[in-house]
Amino acid sequence: MTARSLERWLGWATSVVILVALFLIFCVVPTEAQMGIVQRIFYFHVPCAMVAYAGFLTVAVASGVYLARRSAAADRIAIAAAEVGVLFCTLVLVTGPIWARPIWGVWWTWDPQLTLTVILWSIYVAYVMLRAFGGEDEAIASYAAVLGMVGSLAIVLNHYAVRLLEGIHPAVLRARPGSDSGLADPMMGVTLATSSVAMLLLGGWLTVLRVRTERLADEVTRLRREVEEGGGV
Amino acid sequence: MSAALAILRKDLRIEWRTRESVSSLLALGILLLVVFTIAHDPTPEEQPRLAPSVLWATFVFTGLLGVQRSFLLERDQDCLSGLLLAPIDPSAIFVGKLVANLVLLGIMQAIVVPLVALLLHVDFLPVLPALLLVLALGNLGFAAGATLFAAVAARTRAREVLLPLLLLPLVLPVLIASVKATQAVLSAGLAPAADAVRVLVAFDVIFVVAGWLLFAYVVRD
Repeated sequence: MTARSLERWLGWATSVVILVALFLIFCVVPTEAQMGIVQRIFYFHVPCAMVAYAGFLTVAVASGVYLARRSAAADRIAIAAAEVGVLFCTLVLVTGPIWARPIWGVWWTWDPQLTLTVILWSIYVAYVMLRAFGGEDEAIASYAAVLGMVGSLAIVLNHYAVRLLEGIHPAVLRARPGSDSGLADPMMGVTLATSSVAMLLLGGWLTVLRVRTERLADEVTRLRREVEEGGGV
Repeated sequence: MSAALAILRKDLRIEWRTRESVSSLLALGILLLVVFTIAHDPTPEEQPRLAPSVLWATFVFTGLLGVQRSFLLERDQDCLSGLLLAPIDPSAIFVGKLVANLVLLGIMQAIVVPLVALLLHVDFLPVLPALLLVLALGNLGFAAGATLFAAVAARTRAREVLLPLLLLPLVLPVLIASVKATQAVLSAGLAPAADAVRVLVAFDVIFVVAGWLLFAYVVRD
């Protein structure tokens, strides 16, 4: 029951905060002086990245718990968090180029941050595919958990590895909005914070819903097995 | 330790009797080398600069195949269950397989690297020790990741596609660092490659330890 009330609470909170965030983004926050209107995508781009990282971190923790305790609940959380993480990481990869095209003049550069994100995305796409194509075997859950943990280690390593790429890019491109806390107006900070809370709530809500569908799927499998065994007797 | 050695001896003996993996890897390595060079279509002056990327792209794809084979062998007659029934630590299987794969990759590279030098006009003899170090570090990291995930992929339904899907994103840091280190070594020796070599060492340590600790979870059901 508590799971359902958490679900409902998260749903309402998400709806309200998203509306407030949208109002702030489109009606309140001043337009950035140099980049113009396109800079507003920043309030979607950065929060999506936060949710993606939060999702992948959850995968790593849940995978560790699964390997240590063999808890089916942890496994379901890992699946849900991985899918939500991939979804938001995809949004990051979509919103980024939309901003980059007018500002940098190109859709994509092999900037370390961009390279890192696309590697991150491909690791967890592989995770989702392993779960989808791996087969019905329960061993897949262990494999996925191992990948979930190694994946998070690879993220840390990639942080250092992609810096080796730096030499080929002009430094101008590395000046990302927000990184040098270039938020000129205090309202920009407020909007970013609100929008981040909204996205994190949305990510959390989607994860909780996904955990429930996974739990129901497990339940269906269990019942079907029970019926089959009962029929055999 | 002795268990790992026994696994290594077993794998090398199988390989020695058939020489299937080495010969196919070698042929594939040479083919890929040609394919990558032709795809780049370099002018003679550009060719030496191409060497690191051709070298590592070749190693990644041959390595994928070689490591995958070493676990497909164990699927035959359910050999892996036999190994698991033996009273040894699963980590020993990982170490044995890892070293066997390293030997295999090493033999293949001992022929492919001089070929690259010949075909792409790279004079690597003055920097040979540094190049060998970079190759060894790159191989260790790649083989450790590949050995762990080949064991995963070998037991899934879509195993042929799954290994590259799982492994390539994870070994990208080793690829980046290896290419950068090789570039630096070929142009100016070991000193400018220090950053890349540090990333390689970190990668090796993390992936060998992760494989050692996690291998038990992927081979047991």
